[in-house]
Amino acid sequence: MRAGVTQAPHRRPGYAAALVHRLSGIALALFLPMHFIALGTALQGADRLETFLGLTHNGFVRTAEWGLVCALAAHMALGLRVLAIEWLSYRERTAIVVSGCLATSFAVGLLFLLSGA
Amino acid sequence: MTAPVDHAAVARGATEVLRVRVRRGDGLAAFAVPRRANQTVLDVVTEIQRDQDPTLAYRFACRVGMCGSCGMTVNGRPRWTCRTRVAAVAPEGELLLEPLRNLPVVKDLAVDMEPFFEKWRRAHGYFEPGENPPDDFAAVLPDSVERREADAGIECINCGVCYAACDVVTWNPDYLGPAALNRAWTLVNDVRDRGGAARLAAVAGDAGCHSCHSHMSCTEHCPKSLSPTFAIAGLKRETGKAALRRLWRRG
Repeated sequence: MRAGVTQAPHRRPGYAAALVHRLSGIALALFLPMHFIALGTALQGADRLETFLGLTHNGFVRTAEWGLVCALAAHMALGLRVLAIEWLSYRERTAIVVSGCLATSFAVGLLFLLSGA
Repeated sequence: MTAPVDHAAVARGATEVLRVRVRRGDGLAAFAVPRRANQTVLDVVTEIQRDQDPTLAYRFACRVGMCGSCGMTVNGRPRWTCRTRVAAVAPEGELLLEPLRNLPVVKDLAVDMEPFFEKWRRAHGYFEPGENPPDDFAAVLPDSVERREADAGIECINCGVCYAACDVVTWNPDYLGPAALNRAWTLVNDVRDRGGAARLAAVAGDAGCHSCHSHMSCTEHCPKSLSPTFAIAGLKRETGKAALRRLWRRG
């Protein structure tokens, strides 16, 4: 007897939500050590901190910063979705709720860009 | 759910032929089946087997949505085929029929349900009366929290649709799956049951309720409109409380 070859259904917003939730969580976890390194340089004096921060003034890091802000917002919004499902038994309209979560994260990212950070 | 059927148009022969592809082994077999009013997907499979290819294997019993044996993948979605109207799922007159996902295929559209029911046993999905039978009937108030929680999941017909829809089962073949966990949750809320602690321990492992990622596929696809996701969430809470109680006793 062999296993079936039936493929998974294509449109699965819940799957997409879980994927983005975990990937954003990994991105934030990877960011944390960098954050602590930056804070650690401050313990060694203002010059060391300024030197380190100087390294972050380039396009790549700025783009990554925007990505992290989006990831943080997406992680929070999708986490609230999971809490609503598991604690409030919220029978969601998954596609709309997940789209809303992602739209919220990009809106927060846009606000971050507009704030000139 | 079910889309309205234009019976008059079908009776006039508006859409004469359904183009049906059936997964048989690694390949697909093509059939043409006359379209009929009120036709279900199970009707289509039966007509193919009776009139065109008697070697086609599939499973059904009651034909009225009670037995849970006719589950198949219809155009990419797991469904009960006896209550699925062709008009609702094949507006273009094309059907792709495949066996349920996540279960070994016996032949064509028939899958082996043994792993599915084995996980019911592993999740302690059976009533435990305890050592000593009670002196009297248990009083279960219809409005009690436990009764309502059990009611929410008790209508499961074991069709395997949620199991086929679950991504976590695909990733971890040991995962107990939505149906077994839903059954465990109804028993956790059965005030007559005496096997609660062992059941919570059985569903709290690596392949248990905490592996659920809340994709909601089981809840979206359940033909009985149950919510195994909420049952699993209830098990997560109860197993968490049981772990805290154990810690408290040790401390």
